[in-house]
Amino acid sequence: MTQYGFYFDATRCTGCKTCEAACRDYHDLPLDLTYRHVYELEGGTWTQAADGTWTTDSYTFYTSFACSHCDDPACTQVCPTGAMHKGDDGLVSVDTHRCIGCGYCELACPYGNPHVDRDKGHSVKCDGCASRVAAGEQPVCVEACSMRALEFGPVEKLNQGDGRAAVAPLPDPSVTTPNFYIKNCAAAQPSGSTSCVVANEAEVK
Amino acid sequence: MLDTSMTLNRRTFVKATGALGALAAAGGVASSALFSGGAEPAFADGEEHIVWSHCHVNCGGACVLQCHVKDGELAYVESDNTGDASFGGVQARACLRGRSIRPWLGSADRLNYPMKRAQGTKRGDGQYERISWDEALDTIASEFTRIKEQYGNEAIFIQECSGVEQNIMMNNPFFRLFNLLGGEVTRYGSYSSASISFGAYPYVYGKSWGNRSFKTLQDDQLVVMFGFAPNDMRMAGDGPGYDLNVAREKKRVRIINIDPRRTETCTNLGAEWIPIVPGTDAALVAGLTHELIESNLVDLEFLHTYVTGFDEDTMPEDAKGANASYYDYVMGTGYDKVEKTPAWASSITRIPEERIKRLAHEIGEAKPCFICQGLGMQRHANGDNASRAVMALALMVGQVGKPGTTSGGTIGNGGIGLDSLPTGTNPVKTKIPQYLWPEAIRDGAKLTREHDGVQNADALKVGIKMLVNYGNNMMANQNGDINFTTDILRDESLCEFIVQYDVAWTDSCNWADIVLPDLTPQETYSLTAAGETNDVAGIRFGQPLYEPKFERREVYEVCGELARRLGVYDEYSAGGMTREDWCRKLYDELREDAGDDYDLPTYDEGVAMGAFTYDIEPSAKVDPFIEDPVANPLKTATGKAQIFSPEIAEMAKTWKLDESEKNAITPIPVYVPGPDSAEDVTDEYPFQILDYHCKGTTHSTYAHNPVLNKITPFQAWINPIDAERMGIADLDRVRLTSAQGSMITQARVTNRVIPGVIVHPQGAWHRAPAEGDRTDEGSCTNTLTSRQRNPISKGTGQHSVIGTIEKVEG
Repeated sequence: MTQYGFYFDATRCTGCKTCEAACRDYHDLPLDLTYRHVYELEGGTWTQAADGTWTTDSYTFYTSFACSHCDDPACTQVCPTGAMHKGDDGLVSVDTHRCIGCGYCELACPYGNPHVDRDKGHSVKCDGCASRVAAGEQPVCVEACSMRALEFGPVEKLNQGDGRAAVAPLPDPSVTTPNFYIKNCAAAQPSGSTSCVVANEAEVK
Repeated sequence: MLDTSMTLNRRTFVKATGALGALAAAGGVASSALFSGGAEPAFADGEEHIVWSHCHVNCGGACVLQCHVKDGELAYVESDNTGDASFGGVQARACLRGRSIRPWLGSADRLNYPMKRAQGTKRGDGQYERISWDEALDTIASEFTRIKEQYGNEAIFIQECSGVEQNIMMNNPFFRLFNLLGGEVTRYGSYSSASISFGAYPYVYGKSWGNRSFKTLQDDQLVVMFGFAPNDMRMAGDGPGYDLNVAREKKRVRIINIDPRRTETCTNLGAEWIPIVPGTDAALVAGLTHELIESNLVDLEFLHTYVTGFDEDTMPEDAKGANASYYDYVMGTGYDKVEKTPAWASSITRIPEERIKRLAHEIGEAKPCFICQGLGMQRHANGDNASRAVMALALMVGQVGKPGTTSGGTIGNGGIGLDSLPTGTNPVKTKIPQYLWPEAIRDGAKLTREHDGVQNADALKVGIKMLVNYGNNMMANQNGDINFTTDILRDESLCEFIVQYDVAWTDSCNWADIVLPDLTPQETYSLTAAGETNDVAGIRFGQPLYEPKFERREVYEVCGELARRLGVYDEYSAGGMTREDWCRKLYDELREDAGDDYDLPTYDEGVAMGAFTYDIEPSAKVDPFIEDPVANPLKTATGKAQIFSPEIAEMAKTWKLDESEKNAITPIPVYVPGPDSAEDVTDEYPFQILDYHCKGTTHSTYAHNPVLNKITPFQAWINPIDAERMGIADLDRVRLTSAQGSMITQARVTNRVIPGVIVHPQGAWHRAPAEGDRTDEGSCTNTLTSRQRNPISKGTGQHSVIGTIEKVEG
């Protein structure tokens, strides 16, 4: 079985969100729903010296992610109908005829990916732009990135950087074994870090 | 981003730089694959067609938009997937703005019909009635004739067209038409870059000189950026943000960014951020210079060969013996007689003394060192001097005119030049500084050369009585101090007739007498060169995505209709040429000029390709002035690069400044805080409030796009220390207030801004009543900004603002 996955070179990302914008455009997503998230995290403090000057050890970093098409997906495990499933290409997708829109997948996924589209009555999610990939193209987010920070492909051919993503705000990769690989940037904090906070809550919720 | 001179340069075919030769070597034949459906407009036939167009909104770029169109509607956007997709290869990939044009094209904000202000209402009341195109055009033609006859052509003014800056048409049809009918008063400078272009480059280098792109960066070198954020605002796949990112990784360049705000170059990319108090860059340069001098790191041999005014030895003869050099300023032997030690600079910039000293050593010891500035810095009070100071810094370490350097000014360099629609000759020679158009309406003949920078005349003859705004949102959004501006516009005895012609109903429409609905460049024929002047060459062959909807009409045809009414249609249209004909003609001229230098596709081949983008090898040559300064002098008064400008010394004697301006005209780049600086904060107004160019919009274009508003919201960044003091939490609804006005927005509590400063993106659409307290609910920062003008350029200093923030319920 082929297993497709994403690679994110965080050292190249500028947090511009073109990946998210392209995804929203291509998939015609409603405003309150996105398949790709760009989380901005920050930490650190500011200090004023006696002479009034400022120094800071603060930092900011972005993590861009969509569905991690996990080896051990939380969403498929909790799906009561089997609608959420892993295909031969390893991509996780929804059989919309079988989905009853119960929302368990949405609750279970630690990557915030499946969402129940109430208008459609079923779950929707990143399918790795399966139809584009089938036509020999890249997912729209990958092709959109000006900085070439995103890649997609069979994991054995994919850049693997520092390994499966283990950075904030994502869970430890041992939870679902995500097919999402990251090259970490210098400012990145590990999964579970309490020294940084999500700084752009309104943008990603 | 482009001022008049830069725009003209960009559109004038570049032969002298060797760009074409390099292009041929680097690019060769236009070889992109042909894509289906490009040649004919794709309308409603049930099939999905690809129609190529481009973005055009004056970010500096002109990205490729490969539009998938079905049943007469845009289905989705792809961008440039021709050429080299690898990291380091060039594709004009659009940023989030260009990828989000679908909700913009289909927005409920779009203008669909000509409108006129309802009878009995005042400008600003917002009451409009739909009218026919005939009525709209008849009215404009008759008002033009009336005002021309009553006041003369100097009473007519065409505003800049930032929203449609990247294409051959722009607002040129209005100039072309009016120039056939006696002309109009014109502008120099721009909101973007007036101070650097008209208050710095001419006096340091004679003209824009020595600018190179990030592609010139050498292995392991240092880049020092003052107030420059290429990864926030110039994000294209063929843009400088990308070039810098590539150089960071492949050439291991080290980047230092001096800015009040942590820009995106200092997030994941890992550039070092040195936070600075806004408006104090000239003080930092003075402090750095002191350390460079004390540590023997100034390049005296370079200064004594190429530069006027660093020290007494290099002063012009008639300025000697007065302790008037930059050395005297820095070492405390001239001017205010205060020694500009790093500690002195530290007390102003709030950068630790130790860091200033270390920075001086880093700059002084790095060879080469790429020292550049963005345009935000020069939009502060006395931004002319700040801009010159950073250029002086590059000169003092001899880091100009050769690979791995720029001028200390902006970045730049070769691209492909494409002429825009010819505008003919304007019989009116008088020019006003762009920023002072409201004053030119209000004060008319009181505007003079020596007080207001009027050019080619001692004073205006008459105020502006007819204002044409095409493709811009100047009246009630992008101009400094909206309340000041709209007070002037509301008085119909001042400007008697105002046309607003745009794609969307912005608040500026509410101040017009006639409002016309435009097509976007994606909805008509559009041709543009690749936007960035950073060593890429490209052309976009834009075709209409679908037939015009409602009664929207494009500008060239509309001005043709006016030309018929005014009796000059044949001359205007050069015998009946259409917009598409002009695209073809101007492209053919470009192609003919290129000759055998390289192989451009024919126009029809280009239309089928949709676009092409080539990389240009950056020049490896040393500038002729550096090679031989005697044989190749600069076009300055002394023929050298000037830290001391004799031209400005002369101006200082004759030009008149108001006391209230708190400005100064100084022949060397002295730090002058000006009004509303960090030194002026009070208990009432304890913050500096700074607006900046953000990722989600370009100026006000796209600023009402719900997708972009969602993922890049307009928020006031406030440091956690200040937020706690002011009782403000993240995402609170807040009011920002300055002496000029008050606006509502959302707070973002973040470490990304220096304490004492609030930063907020510019460009959000103003939404305020025309009377009463005029609180803006639209988060438009020009509610807060001032009419501060810079002393030499008369360009905007509107970034210098002090004010306060408070939490509001709701």
